[in-house]
Amino acid sequence: MSLNALEMKDVSFSYNHQQVLEDINFTIEEKDFVAIIGPNGGGKSTLLKIVLGLLTPDKGEVKVFGREPKKALDLVGYLPQHTHFDLDFPIDVFETVLMGRYHGMFKNYTSEDREIALQALKDVDMERYKDRQISRLSGGQMQRVLIARALAREPKLLLMDEPMASIDPEMQNSFYQLISHLKDRMALVLVSHDVGTVSMHVDKIACLNQKLYYHGPAEEAGEGLEEIYHCSIEHISHGIPHRVLRKH
Amino acid sequence: MFEFIQYDFMQRAFIAAILVSVACGAVGTYVVIKKIVSMSGAISHAAFGGVGLGYLLGVNPVVAAIPFSIVAALSMGAVQEKVKISEDTAIGILWSVGMALGIIFVNLKSGYAPDLFSYLFGSILTVSNTDLYIMLVLDLIILIVVFLFRREFLGVSFDEEFSKVVGLPSTLINMLLLALIALSVVVLIKVVGIILLIALLAIPAAICKQYTYDIRKLMISSTIIGAILTSLGLILAFIFNLSSGATIILVLGAALFISYFIQE
Repeated sequence: MSLNALEMKDVSFSYNHQQVLEDINFTIEEKDFVAIIGPNGGGKSTLLKIVLGLLTPDKGEVKVFGREPKKALDLVGYLPQHTHFDLDFPIDVFETVLMGRYHGMFKNYTSEDREIALQALKDVDMERYKDRQISRLSGGQMQRVLIARALAREPKLLLMDEPMASIDPEMQNSFYQLISHLKDRMALVLVSHDVGTVSMHVDKIACLNQKLYYHGPAEEAGEGLEEIYHCSIEHISHGIPHRVLRKH
Repeated sequence: MFEFIQYDFMQRAFIAAILVSVACGAVGTYVVIKKIVSMSGAISHAAFGGVGLGYLLGVNPVVAAIPFSIVAALSMGAVQEKVKISEDTAIGILWSVGMALGIIFVNLKSGYAPDLFSYLFGSILTVSNTDLYIMLVLDLIILIVVFLFRREFLGVSFDEEFSKVVGLPSTLINMLLLALIALSVVVLIKVVGIILLIALLAIPAAICKQYTYDIRKLMISSTIIGAILTSLGLILAFIFNLSSGATIILVLGAALFISYFIQE
């Protein structure tokens, strides 16, 4: 029997007496490619942080490959939004990626760790930049480095927080190309507030705004989106030439 | 011209200059890249409580400052973890409460008004052999801890959230770094004093950070630059008969200014 990548049962979370997530029931199977979509403040990042064990839900159960989130960290890769970095930091690309191989205190990085980190850089086509200081990378390149850092963990579940927010629109296609190569190796979850472009690439969509409104194949997500945004999909995906979402 | 080198107190002062630079290179680098200069300033001022306690109990104030500033640093870290208080506010409070405690401790020692000036503004020319031994031992502890936890310190300095996600004990590591800052503060107290020492801790790394992106080179170059500038300040203070702590700080400040100018 294969374990689901993620199972959430009746998960609720509040912050400062404000309900952020309410009774979330959510399953991600192995090798799913899911987008969690919802407005800003709808609890998307909170949900990721719960899966990463950074936050503990008030109630409900979370299992990552059948384990407690904190015990499953070696199976999970994380791509944060990279707007908060100090790019002037004295670290090069390879050292950044190597951090994904961290095993614990007093444990040196082995030659195997270095090989895996290098392979991760090859996977994102950034190998030739390995000695470059991170301030000398473009936004898209930096994101590839951060993906490599997540891949260096050899995860079975990769969580991506607003990966579109920090790169140029013309970079988005190459991002999806890169990600689609990872599909047969791990479950992919990305969080976004941008409905239009995301739904063209992912297999499933989950609509989140405090509650989970819809979870299923991307092309049938219309109603759930309408519910969480309180406006029509046509309005949301306005200006997107290849609309995949169904018309109502 | 160099006749001052024959004085014992000048020899000790130069050794002290080198010993402080080791702490500046290793810990000052983290202070600058993790952007915790104000926090370190608060820890240094809190150390005055330890100096006062030393006077009160009749032990070497520098020795008393070691546990005191470590406790102050760790309580600072603990408060931030547990209580919803902004870092900025916590820094301001620790800063003056530590100093106030020191003054009250000194008050409690009746009929004796010690010369606190040297702890506040430094007095590198009165550094004793005991002081040098204390500084040496603390430097060694700092270097060993930095070597053992270099991956962890780099991780929490660069991206604390990701560090947690890969299972790095970030709270523990942050506490350890604060404790190291406290030890560095004690190394620096006799040379430039509590009020001035934050500049000595931060400026060598701030200068070198403009020229290298390799953290090892940054630590080594900061140590060398720190030793050169501190010695230069010491010589100028001797020649012009100025206060040594203040002269060292002004030399550091001038060097930082010039280095920015060159970089432009």
